[in-house]
Amino acid sequence: MSRIETPADLARLRDQAVARRNSRGTWVAVCAGTGCRAYGAEALAESLEKEVEKRGLGKKIGVRKTGCHGFCERGPLVVVQPSDVCYLGAQPKNVPAIVDKLEGKDAALDKLLYVDAENGKPLARLDEIPFYKHQQRVVLGDNVHIDASDILDYIAVGGYAALAKALSGMTPEEVLQEVKEAKLRGRGGGGFPAGRKWETTRKAPGEPKYVIVNADEGDPGAYMDRSILEGNPHGVLEGLILGAYAIGAGEGFIYVRQEYPLAREHAQKALDQAREYGLLGENILGSGFSFDVKIHRGAGAFVSGESSALMSAIEGHVGEPRPKYIHTSEKGVWGKPSCLNNVETWANVPHIINRGAEWFTGMGTEGSKGTKIFSLVGKVNNTGLVEVPMGITLRDIIFKIGGGVPGGKKFKAVQTGGPSGGVIPESMLDLPVDFDELTRVGSMMGSGGMIVMDENTCMVDTARYYMSFLAHESCGKCVPCREGTRQMLRILDRIVAGEGKEEDLAVLEELGDFMEDASLCALGQSAPFPVLSTLKYFRGEYEEHIREKRCRAGVCTPLIAYDIDQETCGKCGACLRACPVAAVDQSADKVFTILQEKCIKCGACFTACPEKFSAVIKVPAYAIGKPSAGNPPPAGKQV
Amino acid sequence: MKNVTLEIDGRTVEAGEGTTLLKAAQSVGIRIPTLCNDDRLEPYGGCRMCMVEIETSWGRKRLVASCVYPVEEGLRVQTNTERVRRIRRMIIELLWPSSQVYAEEYGVTGSRFEPGLTDCSLCGLCLRYCTEIKKENRIYFEGRGIERRPALVEGSELTCRACGECFTLCGSGWIASRC
Repeated sequence: MSRIETPADLARLRDQAVARRNSRGTWVAVCAGTGCRAYGAEALAESLEKEVEKRGLGKKIGVRKTGCHGFCERGPLVVVQPSDVCYLGAQPKNVPAIVDKLEGKDAALDKLLYVDAENGKPLARLDEIPFYKHQQRVVLGDNVHIDASDILDYIAVGGYAALAKALSGMTPEEVLQEVKEAKLRGRGGGGFPAGRKWETTRKAPGEPKYVIVNADEGDPGAYMDRSILEGNPHGVLEGLILGAYAIGAGEGFIYVRQEYPLAREHAQKALDQAREYGLLGENILGSGFSFDVKIHRGAGAFVSGESSALMSAIEGHVGEPRPKYIHTSEKGVWGKPSCLNNVETWANVPHIINRGAEWFTGMGTEGSKGTKIFSLVGKVNNTGLVEVPMGITLRDIIFKIGGGVPGGKKFKAVQTGGPSGGVIPESMLDLPVDFDELTRVGSMMGSGGMIVMDENTCMVDTARYYMSFLAHESCGKCVPCREGTRQMLRILDRIVAGEGKEEDLAVLEELGDFMEDASLCALGQSAPFPVLSTLKYFRGEYEEHIREKRCRAGVCTPLIAYDIDQETCGKCGACLRACPVAAVDQSADKVFTILQEKCIKCGACFTACPEKFSAVIKVPAYAIGKPSAGNPPPAGKQV
Repeated sequence: MKNVTLEIDGRTVEAGEGTTLLKAAQSVGIRIPTLCNDDRLEPYGGCRMCMVEIETSWGRKRLVASCVYPVEEGLRVQTNTERVRRIRRMIIELLWPSSQVYAEEYGVTGSRFEPGLTDCSLCGLCLRYCTEIKKENRIYFEGRGIERRPALVEGSELTCRACGECFTLCGSGWIASRC
């Protein structure tokens, strides 16, 4: 292996890498992203490798462990290339049949194919499966084709071509101009125009300048950045080098959170390999441009994703936001101009340089161009990572790609933007998803978390969950955020316990406005959003908790009780066996009842009761003679 | 140093570039309440009592902490509007019963909220003084978010020079009660 000195060297290396890939007619891409690993993807890949070897097919069939393919609900995922046949939920026991099929023999693999929900027919190819069909996978697309730990795989699919193009034929100003014209907006949350941020750092006085990747993704349920960095670290690195060239930075950082060991490992490997090939370091591709990158490991604080806190952490201080009326893009790490963008933003850059701003602005809406990756989770059939053009409706994402809500349950709301975002009710499902539209309705794009909620989700409990998260993840420096989240959490704790007061809602709103106005950083300023947006769209649920002591979703345990419907009870005794505290009583004639004074409301009986009976039911606590003090409930109401 | 001209509460004020709004206001005798500010220390921006309303020369209005916001040419600053008074009242309520120095001035006689985790307002004056002026680093904040509390570095009881200078800085009496 030798250092690449010129763009021509890179082209030659690419030819070699492509030839190496083409030497085998068939590749089996096994998703080894975090989700599929948990499903046992590594054992599956190993078993495939052994089987191929055992049958002497090693020269014809290659096995490649790749990054996240996205369809996490149905992992471990296997994609056969070039046919793009997709096997879902593959296990080592399926390996002989899969290899039979690869050899052209008949094999019964229908069970591993996606089945069309409408007509029951199997859909074999990746691009036929609705989950993938309606996506536009620009940034995630390469994940299925490359082994993240092998730079030659990235080079084979066109990697570092954008860098060669920029370093050999474009001035830094032209690279900057291209990104500005692409109207790329920051994918980390705020949606600030990346080109303008780059320009600020470029023009700011002070040397050296820094470029930084923010991989401190911390929103509950979000794992877009993790999957990009795990699956295609060179894509992020190439974007960062291009940014450094445009800005005039000599040094960069990748700030990876402690909880992402695989992302860190792959990023480190990418840096080592890029350095070895001369794509990092002195005089990159003979251009005279020099740049290097270090990895900074986060210490596990949500607030460290905030720009000034992140930069404090890089300097070795506690990750706490600083008052910043001068932007970090002008005065950042060690007081030097520092340009911070998130993983997905950087990963878009090579595509923009390769294909041009015009191609990029061809996707998306007026104000938000390109694609956006969302982690679609919660009460949705097809959990996973989806990349869609900006402007697609929430309905398309949740129903066309996500396959709707499981179990025939009714959709209630979707939470976007993580803890700083808000909930969006069903009436707004046709909202086009872009930065400005989501903000307009009281939520935000955030980094791209999208949590689907059904009728069994309590909105007050949801708000309480986010508030609890933020109260513990706030740094605690400023009074509005620290004390505001504390008091909001106390009020919400009271409401879900059935001890809410009539005036609580007004106090929540007053605290919310105050925090938005007075907090030091964006975390505190946006902390009340989950509460304010649920109050706006689901105020009735709050009022039911306070006035009627009723949780319609049956989530808030102090407000519910378990009961057995004698008419549907199959007398199987499953509830009795499941109860950990012997609170299910059985009379001589096999009538099962729940002893309320013993019941701890763990729900074990509810889960154990066979679906054909569904005799264990949730009822309002007051309905079984336990009305909460001071507020007698209206009679006859059901949960 | 270059001077800039701005308007604070209707008065024309001249101040050197880089001066904070708080200092510029003080220079002409306009008092803005503060809890975490001390002229000997780096501005902290934590208590938010010194929030003021500003309007830039191009018409943008916002709320900022005057202890950290630098003066700008043509800026219009209002230090005592109903909106900032409302913020200050809420801060006093949230910190109740500690830090009552401004309670009377803002008409706060009690709080709708139960007290927080400690009787300390977490203004950081003691630990910043110990770090920045005394260079001793004996005090720090432990935990984060609603768990944040002041703490003495292990062994500090023995190594602290016991200068007692932080006692007088503390508005809540927390530090004097521990040392």
